[in-house]
Amino acid sequence: MNIAVQGGLGIASPGSFGGGFSWAFARDLMLAVRHPGETLLVVAFFVLVASLFPLGVGAEPQLLQRIGPGVIWVCALLAAFLSLPGLFATDYADGSLEQMMLSPHPMAGWASGKIAAHWVMSGLPLTALSPLLGLQYGLAPDTLAILAASLALGTPVLSLLGSACTALALGARGGGVLLALLALPLFVPVLIFGAGAADAQAASLSPAPHLSLLGAGLILAVMTLPFAACAAIRIAVD
Amino acid sequence: MNWFYFSSPASFYRLAGWTAPWFFAASLLLGIAGLYVAFMVAPTDAQQGEVYRVIFLHVPAAWMSMFLYFIIACYGAATLAFRARLAAMMARALAPTGAMFTFLALWTGSFWGRPTWGTYWVWDARLTSELVLLFLYFGLIALSNAFEDPRRGDRAAALLAIIGVVNLPIIYFSVHWWNTLHQGSSVNMQGASMHVAMLWGMLLMALCFWTYAIGVAMVRVRSIILERERRTRWVRGLAR
Repeated sequence: MNIAVQGGLGIASPGSFGGGFSWAFARDLMLAVRHPGETLLVVAFFVLVASLFPLGVGAEPQLLQRIGPGVIWVCALLAAFLSLPGLFATDYADGSLEQMMLSPHPMAGWASGKIAAHWVMSGLPLTALSPLLGLQYGLAPDTLAILAASLALGTPVLSLLGSACTALALGARGGGVLLALLALPLFVPVLIFGAGAADAQAASLSPAPHLSLLGAGLILAVMTLPFAACAAIRIAVD
Repeated sequence: MNWFYFSSPASFYRLAGWTAPWFFAASLLLGIAGLYVAFMVAPTDAQQGEVYRVIFLHVPAAWMSMFLYFIIACYGAATLAFRARLAAMMARALAPTGAMFTFLALWTGSFWGRPTWGTYWVWDARLTSELVLLFLYFGLIALSNAFEDPRRGDRAAALLAIIGVVNLPIIYFSVHWWNTLHQGSSVNMQGASMHVAMLWGMLLMALCFWTYAIGVAMVRVRSIILERERRTRWVRGLAR
């Protein structure tokens, strides 16, 4: 992966937030395109787990309609969580992360770029696939739309929260389980409001309050969590 | 007077040794007084009967669970901003006590909920956010012990504590923001909507828990200091 670090870091040019963002975003996307297996695995996991629930709890249409939004949200949350190690851990292991810290671009820029690329590779495909899974659960078309909207607002928050947690756990013993203990409790509010929006729509109530809270959470997360992730990376590389 | 005299682990070790027994003694006396008021003086509740007496443990434990997390986050900020060694050690020493109080609040709450609500557990906002607080405590303890270098664990846990502080207002205001089964608070800045003996019982128990938390943190921080500073001359001098 070091090839991708060397080109484009722009050692000679002055750094900028946008420069770092676009460089890291393009690099991580290029890596994902060259190893499409990892992204596809996350999507396959999402579809597989969501398909297991009707087999486990029984296939009565009313029950499936009732639990559908919640199950799809939990699956999206687990899929986003499983893809977190790819965000910083591989770059930390092979030393690329330290090279990036030497670049003239501000840390928040390239860290945000990496987080955005993580969302494009995990949250975006899950959001795009969610209506298809919703059909498996017999959800109404308007509920499908609200489910997709809540995922579109909520999965970026998962990527942002997850980025800070995975950066904190860099180089820790018992990495995977520790990351679950750190990240999953913080994901809880996103799950509640995300699934709540689709549930409210299914119960003919307005999903607007849930979506507004998700949107507010997204704005807050975008403004603060990249800096938390940077602080955590500094602690790890220090 | 040198304000930073006790920020050195060596001098704080001695201070903690002197003060810990006093905090435990105060905690014992306050606990006896608080339990006496709780069981002998406070009247039986008109609606809930004798069951309500769980609040003398439940409410102070819930207060302490949130308050200790806040203190840990403050120590975390001091760790990151000033690289204060002792602040990180205090955060480490307080975390297990905070987790214990969170568990106690959940446990006593479910014992109260069974006869009063008819269920041990409901997924309302107050209970869920308190459960998230318990997991945050577990995450803090796990993260601070997850690294070979304890200083690295200190700083990572400090940052996690600061991120997790978002949960505190959610717990505190959950009964106002959402329509929860958990009742709103009976004690606030404008006064308390309860019998004065009940209020005194709760305050005495809160002070008992508070002094206990300080005492046990002092004992624990002494072991942490000894472990961290084991290569220094003053610790070797103690062993001689």
